[in-house]
Amino acid sequence: MQLKEAPSATREMFYAEALGDALRQELRRDERVVIFGEDIAAHGGAFQVTAGLLKEFGKDRVKNTPISENGIVGMAVGAALTGLRPVVELMYVDFMGLAMDQIVNQAAQNRFMFGGQARVPMVLRTQGGSGRGNAAQHSKSLEAWVAHVAGLKVVMPSTPADAKGLLAAAIRDDNPVIFIEHKLLYRTKGEVPTGEHVVPLGVADVKREGSDLTIVTWSREVLFSLDAAAKLADEGIAAEVIDVRTLVPLDRETILRSVRKTHRLLVVHEAVKRAGYGAEIASLVAEEAFDDLDAPPKRLAGLETPIPYAQHLEKSVVPQVDDIVHAAKGLVG
Amino acid sequence: MKMAARTKARHESLGLSLEDVVQMYRVMLQTRMIGERMMQLNRMGKAMFVGVADGHEAAEVGSAWCIRKGVDWCVPYYRDVGVALVLGQTAKDQFLGVFAKATDPNSGGRQIVNQFSDVKAKMLSGSVHIATQFPHAVGLALAAKIRKQDHIVVTYGGEGATSPGDFHEAMNFAAVHELPVVFVIENNQYAISTPVKLQMAVANVADRAAAYGMPGVIADGTDVLDVYEKTKQACDRARGGDGPTLVEVKCYRYRPHSSDDDDSRYRSKDELQAWLQKDPIDKAAAYLLQQAVAASRLEDMRQEIAADIEAAITAAENDPDPDPATLTRYVYGEDAE
Ligand SMILES: Cc1ncc(C[n+]2csc(CCOP(=O)(O)OP(=O)(O)O)c2C)c(N)n1
Ligand SMILES: [Mg+2]
Repeated sequence: MQLKEAPSATREMFYAEALGDALRQELRRDERVVIFGEDIAAHGGAFQVTAGLLKEFGKDRVKNTPISENGIVGMAVGAALTGLRPVVELMYVDFMGLAMDQIVNQAAQNRFMFGGQARVPMVLRTQGGSGRGNAAQHSKSLEAWVAHVAGLKVVMPSTPADAKGLLAAAIRDDNPVIFIEHKLLYRTKGEVPTGEHVVPLGVADVKREGSDLTIVTWSREVLFSLDAAAKLADEGIAAEVIDVRTLVPLDRETILRSVRKTHRLLVVHEAVKRAGYGAEIASLVAEEAFDDLDAPPKRLAGLETPIPYAQHLEKSVVPQVDDIVHAAKGLVG
Repeated sequence: MKMAARTKARHESLGLSLEDVVQMYRVMLQTRMIGERMMQLNRMGKAMFVGVADGHEAAEVGSAWCIRKGVDWCVPYYRDVGVALVLGQTAKDQFLGVFAKATDPNSGGRQIVNQFSDVKAKMLSGSVHIATQFPHAVGLALAAKIRKQDHIVVTYGGEGATSPGDFHEAMNFAAVHELPVVFVIENNQYAISTPVKLQMAVANVADRAAAYGMPGVIADGTDVLDVYEKTKQACDRARGGDGPTLVEVKCYRYRPHSSDDDDSRYRSKDELQAWLQKDPIDKAAAYLLQQAVAASRLEDMRQEIAADIEAAITAAENDPDPDPATLTRYVYGEDAE
């Protein structure tokens, strides 16, 4: 459920626009917020999320960097330690590979290693996922890499309103947050509060209610799961769709409450199934709600292969709407 | 009356025949014309994504001409259509990549376009992530040294690729161990939207070489013979056991960064116009005409290339798509036939 501070006006926005709106909101609100990344200034970013920000906030707060993923993240860590609130953009989540030491050994652990004397209030914005013909090195879903690391929070919004509210919350958070957008969501539309809008981290959203099974999912697969739920409804199956929105911290209660009601769990994600975050959710339910289950928890996720370029192959490696329908029926039937 | 001793033409003093220069020109023109058709196919919705080499033709062809085919290794980057063509790829090969066909020689439809990989031709490319190719190139050169093979390695990147650590680590290692590798940097003044002055505080990419103790030279990327000359000297050094060289080739990209880019956001028409005045293809053509190559020969060449490209597109479109049953082949194990 979305926590709305006051009923505010909404406007239909693209997901990319809503993210830009959050950045603008936070840049205006807090002068410690600065953003940097490749091609984010005059160009407005590969997906136009930062379009217009240079003009309003100037080049000290909206900074174009050379191609230096490791340096960008490391600089954000340093700047954050001084009390700035950097929001850095990595053009593709796959580029985390180039910055992994700074993410995992520095950003995630500095607060701990300094005995709490300093914090790292930074956000690493990036985007992942397949479906745009960007192939193996620009299409992965790597949330499990970072969800595994103590000290990081991990956010993956599926709607424009959530994108705005969660990004604002991530910027206000005192911990490093990995904020993973999806390249095929940027051009999706939805109503977004135009005023201040903050969605707290760690609160899942029941995007559709149902009583026959629980589908737990995130990012673009939320849209696929909702489409699947509509198809299932036509066949008399009521699926509840939970968008976890943040993987870390995870809203365990909302998931467990739902499973105790529906007695069946299907986890759907785009990332490769093996050692994916779906395993975390399936085992949470197995550990905490085993007796409530009428069927073993099921995971539907990406095939164990790099993302291929050819379009028909690309589609076949990540769950599509009909795959979800099929898996749900198998679980209920 | 005695004839004055004829001064040698530029190409002759470089050890090239006039026919060599004609063939260089041919590949430059082919590179440009393939790019034009790729952009059109993208606008028609027939190509998901393309990146073309317009403006880089002299940089790519002049340098690749120094590579001994099948002997030296080449590690190009995504803009190097001209390099791939010099090393033996065809127009059809390029369109097979664009259409992600099963017969795409680079990857069988698995990898994005312009990742030129043909192990038989000793060419491979893992450069989608900027600068990651440089350590590979150094590794190939290290292998030559360890195994006492006589190949050298010629690797490529844009000036943007000289920012990440991979570039600096590769340069350093190559210099310390005097490895036979030539770094060719196509400096087209921008990394997508970011101009050179926001990428580096030095005036030239070549200046970076001094920090590693290797020579850094600058070539005029609008002049194919100058690029050939500078790269040849670097390759000769590598072959002679004198270690690596950084060759900066100054050029300009005439088109947006890729089919996804809108360059009006970050650069002016005037700047583009100034560089178009120095078009490497026009310059090469002017040289050939001055050397008494018939204009009609160059015109015929253009028509042959155009016809070849049309045939290549049709043939590529008709080739089979990758079979879904083969999807997970090569994730582990199974080698390409
Ligand atoms: C590690 C990494 N960071 C960012 C990108 C996104 N990107 C693709 S091309 C490019 C610009 C590269 O510029 P340059 O090296 O000068 O080559 P050019 O495209 O100008 O030929 C960028 C930033 C990338 N592919 N890899
Ligand atoms: Mg460049």
